[in-house]
Amino acid sequence: MSLDKLNNLAERARADFKDGVLDVTFAYGELTLMVERERIIEIMTKLKDGEYYRFHQLIDLTGVDYPKRDLRFDVVYHLLSLTQNLRIRVKVMTDEVVPVASLRDVYPNADWYEREAFDMYGILFANHPDLRRLLTDYGFEGHPLRKDFPMTGHVEVRYDEAQKRVVYEPVKLVQEFRKFDFMSPWEGASYVLPGDEKASS
Amino acid sequence: MADDVKPQNDLKSELTRQNFDDRKFTINFGPQHPAAHGVLRLVLDLDGEIVERVDPHIGLLHRGTEKLMEYRTYLQNIPYFDRLDYVAPMNQEHAFCLAIEKLLGVDVPKRAQLIRVLFSEIGRVLNHLLNITTQAMDVGALTPPLWGFEEREKLMVFYERACGARLHANYFRPGGVHQDLTPELIDDIEQWCKEFPRALNDIESLVTENRIFKQRNVDIGVVSVQEAFDWGFSGVMIRGSGVEWDLRKSQPYECYDELDFDIVIGKNGDCWDRYLCRVEEMRVSVSLMQQCIDKLRVTPGEVLSTDHKITPPRRAEMKNSMEALIHHFKLYTEGFKTPEGEVYACVEAPKGEFGVYLVSDGTNKPYKCKIRAPGFAHLQAMDWMNRGHMLADVSAILGSLDIVFGEVDR
Repeated sequence: MSLDKLNNLAERARADFKDGVLDVTFAYGELTLMVERERIIEIMTKLKDGEYYRFHQLIDLTGVDYPKRDLRFDVVYHLLSLTQNLRIRVKVMTDEVVPVASLRDVYPNADWYEREAFDMYGILFANHPDLRRLLTDYGFEGHPLRKDFPMTGHVEVRYDEAQKRVVYEPVKLVQEFRKFDFMSPWEGASYVLPGDEKASS
Repeated sequence: MADDVKPQNDLKSELTRQNFDDRKFTINFGPQHPAAHGVLRLVLDLDGEIVERVDPHIGLLHRGTEKLMEYRTYLQNIPYFDRLDYVAPMNQEHAFCLAIEKLLGVDVPKRAQLIRVLFSEIGRVLNHLLNITTQAMDVGALTPPLWGFEEREKLMVFYERACGARLHANYFRPGGVHQDLTPELIDDIEQWCKEFPRALNDIESLVTENRIFKQRNVDIGVVSVQEAFDWGFSGVMIRGSGVEWDLRKSQPYECYDELDFDIVIGKNGDCWDRYLCRVEEMRVSVSLMQQCIDKLRVTPGEVLSTDHKITPPRRAEMKNSMEALIHHFKLYTEGFKTPEGEVYACVEAPKGEFGVYLVSDGTNKPYKCKIRAPGFAHLQAMDWMNRGHMLADVSAILGSLDIVFGEVDR
């Protein structure tokens, strides 16, 4: 039922935005539109107000990091239409330096979501009125949800009795974070297994 | 003489030049303030007692849940969800389990669905009891929280009897729930369902028509339908403004479509309407719990999917089945793998739409898990909702937004 509706919607979006829609994916009963970054404002405005779409609500906005790609970040928008009872996902691609236009004027609640994406990934949003960090500490450095940021972080805090204040110090781990290798030796390892070093020679 | 006066004049002219106005000042609300519901810091720009701008500083409870989750298996990640909205823990687990189930395509046995709905509704009552009573406390009443917490404590005992923990349940699992409920527990929950409406009436008699409570809440923090749409509101925040929108009805998950209930909506979208919605929703929840109990009694069977690539085998089975032992070992070391792809699953949590956006790269850990917390969207509205209100209304509005920092800061 809703799958048919989504199908029609995808057809319609292709017709309306033409080259603006780079890719349409159906998976797990959900529709994902990959759209062109430069046209995001135009497309989102249409999706919000267009007679056929009526996606009133921006439910979520987040980034996803794929460090191996040229454009390493996906910016993922989740939209909800209450009248049609449908959800879609819209994505654009960007990298650390190219900003995405802010949706603050289309969906007012994009404000904090964009600040969060900036904080966590360092994705830049053009024309955002107040692109400050949101969740991390005052004076925090780095973007914690990037894949190249270590889970343990770089600094840790403690209260210093002598200075009577909280001080920042580089992280000292008593034990390395244990990362187990669950690769099955029967399925072929991409590296030389311990004990196999001389096998080929 | 003239020399003495001159500096003062200079100072005065300096002040007028800077447009200095002694009515305007900026204050800090929180991070440690009983009405801040945890660790919220608000920077308030005031004109006298009128609020001109609110700048919420959040993140004081940021624990990096989403980052931590990328380094742990799916099963290890479930407890993180208890720690988000710690007022109604199981509702969060529910969204995560639904997301995993969507990726894996697992079916949940009927009995497990009923137990899930039963405990989701317990979660809703837990949450609303806390919210309405602390909202009353924010505007000056002390007794309601004491009465409300007594009922909450009884519900937490049910949590404990089901899963062994009062708060951090870790009870919902991909494919069902961890363990079956005992018949005695079901009887006791039913008994509670019969007694609770009376306790709720008692609390209502203290709060609902109370003169001070109404003075502090009626026509405060009004949200229009358009504003509720624009700011991504959900749950009671959107229903309070008169929009009939409830994910349990409109996008039913589990067995909500087989249960009989109505959506509670408000009329004016002010703090008092939202309070009334919450009270009424508790009554609806109790009726839903009763329906689940009736169905549970006639629905015997498994409470966890029998696909042991995903769910652990029973302990007794492991004593004599080699395969069960291997399954158990693999599940608790490596965990299960999910197919590649991305899903968004959401539930109607007590505070609104709680969603999980899960990106899987085909390994045993999530590649990315974004938690869509309703409180985050609601807290964002603090600025425009408070403008033009008095300083004292800030805590009333904050109370009616139903904020818990575990989920806002993640």
